[in-house]
Amino acid sequence: MEAIVDRKIKQVMKGDQNAFNDIVELYKDKVFQICFRMIGSRTEAEDLAQETFIRAYIHIKSFKQERKFSSWLYRIATNLCIDRIRKKKPDFYLDAEISGTEGLTLYSIVPAEEKLPDMQVETLEMQEMIQREILKLPEKYRIIIVLKYIEELSLNEISEMLDIPLGTVKTRIHRGREALRKQLGRL
Amino acid sequence: MEACSERIVLYMHEYLDEDIPEDHKKMLEYHLETCRACRQHFYELQKSIFYVQSLPNVQAPPGFTGRVMKNLPREKKRIGAGRWLKMHPFLASAGLFFILMAGAMFSEWHNPDEFSVTKNKDIIVQGHTAIVPKGKVIKEDITVTNGDLRIEGKVEGNVTVVRGNEYMASAGDVTGNVEEINEVFEWIWYKIKDAGRDAWKHLK
Repeated sequence: MEAIVDRKIKQVMKGDQNAFNDIVELYKDKVFQICFRMIGSRTEAEDLAQETFIRAYIHIKSFKQERKFSSWLYRIATNLCIDRIRKKKPDFYLDAEISGTEGLTLYSIVPAEEKLPDMQVETLEMQEMIQREILKLPEKYRIIIVLKYIEELSLNEISEMLDIPLGTVKTRIHRGREALRKQLGRL
Repeated sequence: MEACSERIVLYMHEYLDEDIPEDHKKMLEYHLETCRACRQHFYELQKSIFYVQSLPNVQAPPGFTGRVMKNLPREKKRIGAGRWLKMHPFLASAGLFFILMAGAMFSEWHNPDEFSVTKNKDIIVQGHTAIVPKGKVIKEDITVTNGDLRIEGKVEGNVTVVRGNEYMASAGDVTGNVEEINEVFEWIWYKIKDAGRDAWKHLK
């Protein structure tokens, strides 16, 4: 698999567009999934995933073969998602600490969303709710939760991919998990 | 319910990261056995992770790859040609042959109007007109290029006039075919037939 990808990339580097077709086929679902879970809308996710591949093609020469291609590609995708999120960023996040308090976030003073009837909720509704909770996470936590629990990458891979120290990745995933726990843990 | 201490919560996360020192793990286990609040906290963390992991895999919409490919900047022509050559070596060589052949023929066709006629001692040349004189019999094929041919005598063979006209006097006679070629495509066809005939002769 790795060898095939390497060969295809060399062909793309020489300018062969057809080889890129196979690369897109190979990674489109993963890339689309990252974008979708980061953004929450299919249309926007497709848009971002398209852009990811186009950028990868244009900048293929800056990819270094000793790195993992998937990491390089996902990095482009997550950067694009973060740019998009920042452009439409709301004024505040519920889990941003309230100034002058310690550890007190808006989650703790806003009443929890009204409880769903019981555990018999439709699967689809449930999934939408989980997605909504992911979308409420600040993007720097969200990205790590998505990469770790949806793409199933290891913390080391995530650290390498995003070029963030492992310690920081851990801090962020801890905060992400705590934020999710407040919303999802009590269902 | 909130958990007891930040330290215990940190150990929970270390456990969830699958990167927990043995002593932390022992301490966490011991604490969870005795503290209900922390047990609840730990359970809620695991449950949230489970929910996130339970989300179904999503797939790129149909036609995704095609749309990406359509929006790529155009590739260099050279690569496209190179790939085509690799895929169709036979067609490529056949194509090359035809291009060269056609090139050679076209250049011949476009040659400056050089007059030529089959060499024969009985044929008289006046300017751009070749004449088969009255009373003479020419026992071979005659080809005139870039000029006219007037036949007053007799030709026992085929007559071909390229970019010119053939005039036959009332007494003139040709036993074979008479052909006038004034279009470039006719010319190519003629050359091909000619080459074929030559090849046939050699085979025999």
